[in-house]
Amino acid sequence: MATKRTFDLGALLGRARDGLRLDERVGPLPNLASQRTERLVARTERGRPVVSLCGYCAVGCSTLAYVDGDGKLLDVEGNPDSPVSAGRLCPKGSAIFGLTVNERRWTRAKYRAPFATEWEEKPLDWVLTRIAERVKETREQTFVRTTPEGKRVNHTLGIASLGGATFGIEENYLLGKLMHGLGVVSIENQARI
Amino acid sequence: MPGLGTSFGRGGATTFVQDLQNADCILIEGSNFAECHPVAFRFVMKAKERGATVIHVDPRFTRTSAVADLYAPIRSGSDIVFLGALVNWVLTNERYFRDYVVAYTNASSLVREDFADTEDLDGIFSGWQAGETQAYDTATWAFELEEVPRFDGNGTVKVVKRDPTLQHPRCVLNVLRRHFARYTPEMVERVCGTSRDTFERICTLLADNSGRERTTAFAYAVGWTQHTVGVQYIRTAAILQMLLGNIGRPGGGIMALRGHADIQGATDIATLYDLLPGYLPMPSVHRDEQTLAAYLKANTKATGWWSNTPKYMVSLLKAFYGEAARAENDFAYEYLPQLTGDHSTLPTQVAMRDGLVRGFFVIGQNPMGSGMNNELGRAALAKLEWMVNVDSYETDTAAFWKAEGVDPSTVGTECFFIPTAALLEKNGTMTNTNRMLQWHDKALEPAGESKSDLWLIYDLGKRLRALYADSDDPKDRALLDLTWDYEHDDARERRRGEPSALKVLQEINGYRVEPGKHQDACEQVGGFTELAADGTTASGGWIYSGVCPDKTTNKARNRKADDWTSLGWGYSWPSNRRILYNRASADPAGKPWSERKKYVWWDAQTQTWTGVDVPDFPLGKAPDAAAKPGADGLDAHSGADPFIMQLDGRAQIFVAAGLKDGPLPTHYEPVESVVPNVLYAQQHNPTLREWRRRDNPLNGAVNPDFPYVLTTYRLTEHSGIMTRYVPWLAELQPALFVEIDPELAVAKNIRNGEWMTVRTAIGEIEGRALVSGRMRPLRLGRGQRVHQVGVPYNFGASGLIPGDSVGDLVPLVMEPNVSIQESKTMTCDVRPGRRAARTGSAINAAVPPADRAFEGQPTTRGLERKE
Repeated sequence: MATKRTFDLGALLGRARDGLRLDERVGPLPNLASQRTERLVARTERGRPVVSLCGYCAVGCSTLAYVDGDGKLLDVEGNPDSPVSAGRLCPKGSAIFGLTVNERRWTRAKYRAPFATEWEEKPLDWVLTRIAERVKETREQTFVRTTPEGKRVNHTLGIASLGGATFGIEENYLLGKLMHGLGVVSIENQARI
Repeated sequence: MPGLGTSFGRGGATTFVQDLQNADCILIEGSNFAECHPVAFRFVMKAKERGATVIHVDPRFTRTSAVADLYAPIRSGSDIVFLGALVNWVLTNERYFRDYVVAYTNASSLVREDFADTEDLDGIFSGWQAGETQAYDTATWAFELEEVPRFDGNGTVKVVKRDPTLQHPRCVLNVLRRHFARYTPEMVERVCGTSRDTFERICTLLADNSGRERTTAFAYAVGWTQHTVGVQYIRTAAILQMLLGNIGRPGGGIMALRGHADIQGATDIATLYDLLPGYLPMPSVHRDEQTLAAYLKANTKATGWWSNTPKYMVSLLKAFYGEAARAENDFAYEYLPQLTGDHSTLPTQVAMRDGLVRGFFVIGQNPMGSGMNNELGRAALAKLEWMVNVDSYETDTAAFWKAEGVDPSTVGTECFFIPTAALLEKNGTMTNTNRMLQWHDKALEPAGESKSDLWLIYDLGKRLRALYADSDDPKDRALLDLTWDYEHDDARERRRGEPSALKVLQEINGYRVEPGKHQDACEQVGGFTELAADGTTASGGWIYSGVCPDKTTNKARNRKADDWTSLGWGYSWPSNRRILYNRASADPAGKPWSERKKYVWWDAQTQTWTGVDVPDFPLGKAPDAAAKPGADGLDAHSGADPFIMQLDGRAQIFVAAGLKDGPLPTHYEPVESVVPNVLYAQQHNPTLREWRRRDNPLNGAVNPDFPYVLTTYRLTEHSGIMTRYVPWLAELQPALFVEIDPELAVAKNIRNGEWMTVRTAIGEIEGRALVSGRMRPLRLGRGQRVHQVGVPYNFGASGLIPGDSVGDLVPLVMEPNVSIQESKTMTCDVRPGRRAARTGSAINAAVPPADRAFEGQPTTRGLERKE
C-alpha cells in the first residue's frame, strides 16, 4: 500500500541532529524507515536453518535452507560459518530455491511406450517393476561369461549407466556396487568429460 | 587426473581454495575462474589485496582477465607451447629452485640410453608402433638402473641411477632442456599468438614469485582438460611447478577447479568404467588379471604407498561381498566383471548407435545437452530397447524422441522417468574440488513422488535380487552375494524405504569384520592404515577411510571453521590433509624453507612432524632417515622424499609409466586446427582415438571451409538443465549467443544482437551474435591472422529458455589417457542468419558396415609440415 509522504526538511534535519548516524542517510537526507518497514522481519526468521550444500559447481559452498514448521522451504542462503564460502553464493547458488520449488519440476513417475507420442503418468511401483524386469531380460540376453579365447569376463555390454557427478558419494558407491554386481562395466559420469 | 596423478601421486588438486590467498602470484589458465567458480575466486582477490600478482591466460577476455594484473591472449589449443616455453625459459635462465628440484623431483634420475625424444623423431617418442596398433611400446621410457647392496646386506637390488650434480646429459633435467629447447618466446608468438613482451613478463613474474620466500599457485579447469592433449597440458604445468618449487607449500600448488558438485567424489568413489573406488583399477583381460593374485601382482608396487594395494583390494571385496568373500575363494574376486576394452562415454555412445547397447540408465546427466555429436547421440538413443532417466526435470535426453525433426512414432525406445529428490531433500556427502568431503543435512521431504538417488539404487537392487532369488546360476552370485542392507535407523525413513546414507558412508570408511556379525555391529576402522589384506577388514573406498572412525563420528559433518586450514570443517582425503605432499614445505633437513612459508616441519624435540596441517608423511620418520634399498613400501624412501605415493618418493618430471602419449608433454595441434604444427611433422597427438565414419565427420586440419577457431565455455548463471528451468536464472541469462570479434563481424556481415549460425562438419547451431572486443583476432608471428569464435555450452532444447546445444557441433575424438573429448578447441565457419531446420534423418538412417571405416573425410594424421 503506497502512501504519499510529505517531508518537513527542517524536522528531519532536527532529528538528524538528535543522533542519526551517517549510514542512515540517503545523500544529505536522513533515510527514515516507515512504520511498516520497521515491523518487517526477514522471512528466514520464521524458519529453522538446515545446513546443506550448493549442488552446482565443485567449490562446495555451504548453504542454510530455512524451513518453517510445516516443512515448507522459505529461502536458501549462504552459510556464514563456512571457511570456503563464508556466506557467499553465486547467482546459481542463490537460486537453489527456484531449483527446488518449481512448478515445472517433474515429481511423478512417467512412462513413454515404444513409438508413443507422449509421456504418460504411471505409478512409481509399476515403473520400477518394469525397469527391474527389463534389466534382468537384457542382462540374460547379453551376459558374457568368457571371451572366445576362454578368458573369464562375467560382464554385459548390453547395459550402460551414465551419471554420478551431480549426486553424492554414497549414491556413487551404491550405484557402482549394484552395477558391478550385475556385470555392467560401462559405468560413467560427467567426470570423464 | 592422470596429469596430477602421474606427476605427484594423487589425482586431486594439490591444495585447497582458501590457500590461494597466501600466493604471491597466481597464474590462471584454462579457467574463467571469476565467472565459473566465483565464490572461490574471492581467495584470488584476497591474495591480490595482499599484493599478489594475478595473471590470466585465455583465448577470451573475461571477468577474470578484467581483474587480473596481466592478461595474455592465447590461441585455443596451443597451451603446451606456452607452458613449455615457460619451462624452457626457467631452465635457460637458471631460475629453477635448485635445492627443491634436486631433492624432491626426479630431475637427477638418468633416462635409459635407448630413449628417443620427440626432438629426435620429429614429434614422436621411441617405441611407436605404426600400422594397426597406433600406440607406444613404453619400454624405453624408463630409467637407467644400477645395482646397490640391499639394506639388510642380503645381496644387491636395482635402483634408479642418479646424478645429483645434474651434469649427466641423460639426467631428466637435461633431457627436459633438450625436449623444450625450441619452445622459445618467438615460438610462443608464432604458435600461440601471444606477444613476446607479455610472455616474457609472465616468465619473470613466475620466477620472481617462487623460491624459498615466495610461492606461485596455478589454477585450471576444463579449459585444460577437454583437449586431445589435455593430460599433457596439466603435466606441463606440473613440471613448471616442480621446477619452481611450488608443490606442497602454502600459496603454491595446482588448483584443479572441477565443474560439478561431486565430480571429485564420483572419481574417488568411482562411477567410471576403468576404476573401482579408491583408484584401484578395474580388472582387465588385457592385463590378464584373471585371478586375484594376478591382479595384485599387476597393481601392487614394491615401493611407495601403492605397496598397500592388497589391503585395499581385499577390503573392498569384503565390503562388496561380505561373508561370501573368503580367503579360499580369493575373496570372491571372480565376481567382478572384467574389462575388454574402452567402455567410456564416447565409445559407449558409438556402440549404442551400432545397436550393441540395449538398456541405458541416465541419472542426473543430460548428454543431449552437454554431450558431443548430438545427431549421432539421438540416433544412438533411438537404437536402445529401453532408457531410464532419473532427474527432477525433463531433460533434452529424456525428450530426445520428440526432438526437432524427429517423428516419435518411428522411435521404439521404451522410456522411463523417475523423479529424483533435490539436494535439500536428502542427506549425504559430496567431495568438493579440493578433496573435501562435506555432509549435507536433509531440510525437506522430497516433493511429490520424488525419491533420492540412493533410494532408487537401493530399491532397484532389492527388486533385482528378488527376481534372481531362486537362481542357482553362478553368474548371479555376484548380485545375490552383495552386502545390501542399509536400513535406516529412523523408523519413518525406514517405512519409506529410504536407506541410511550414513551406513553407506560407514561402509566406505571400513570396519573390522567379525564372523557372523552384521556390519552395523562391527567396529569401524580408524583409517586406512588399519586395513588388512587377510579379510579381517572391509572398506568400500580406502582413501576415504577415517571419515567415520566410529559409529557416532562423521567427520564430513564437522563444522568448526577457523581462519586458516580449518581442519575442523569437513574432512579432506587422505587423512584430512589440506595441502598434499606438505613434507615438501620443509627443506630436506625438515626446517621450513622460510619463516614466511612455514607449514609443516620436523620437531626434533618430540621427534615428529608437526605444523598447521596433517603432515602428509610418516609422523615419526626423521628427515635424515636413510632410504633402505630393497625394503618394502615407504621404507625404500628416505626421510626427505615427500611424494610418498611414488615409487621413488619424488615428483615426476619425467613420467616413465602411466601415460600413453609420452613421458614429457609435446605440442600437437588439435584434431581440428587452422594451422599446421610448426614444431613437428606429426600434426596431432598420434595416440588419440577417432571414429572415421559418415556420422562423425571431422573438419580436419587446415580445412579452408572451416577457417575459424571454435572454443566453448560456461556462464555464471547456468549449468544446463539445473538452471534453464529456474526462472531467476533464465531471466538473468536468457539466450544462447555466439561471441565474435568486430573484425570478423564486419568481414562476415554479422550484426550484434542478430541471429548468426555456426557450422562444423557435424552440424549447425544458431544464436544471437555478440560482437565484442573480448574476442581478439590474433596474429601468429608475422603470419596468419586467426579469429576465434566462442559459444556457451549451457543450452539445449528443454527448459524455459531453449537454445541450441554446442554438442551439435562437437565431433567424437578422444584423448588417449582419460578418453575425454576435444570440445575446447575446434574449427568452424560462421554466417549471418538462422540455421536450417533439422530433419532428424540420422535416427532412421542405417549405418552400413562399410561406413564404419569410412575413409572419405580429410585425413589429419601425419600431415606434412608446411614451413
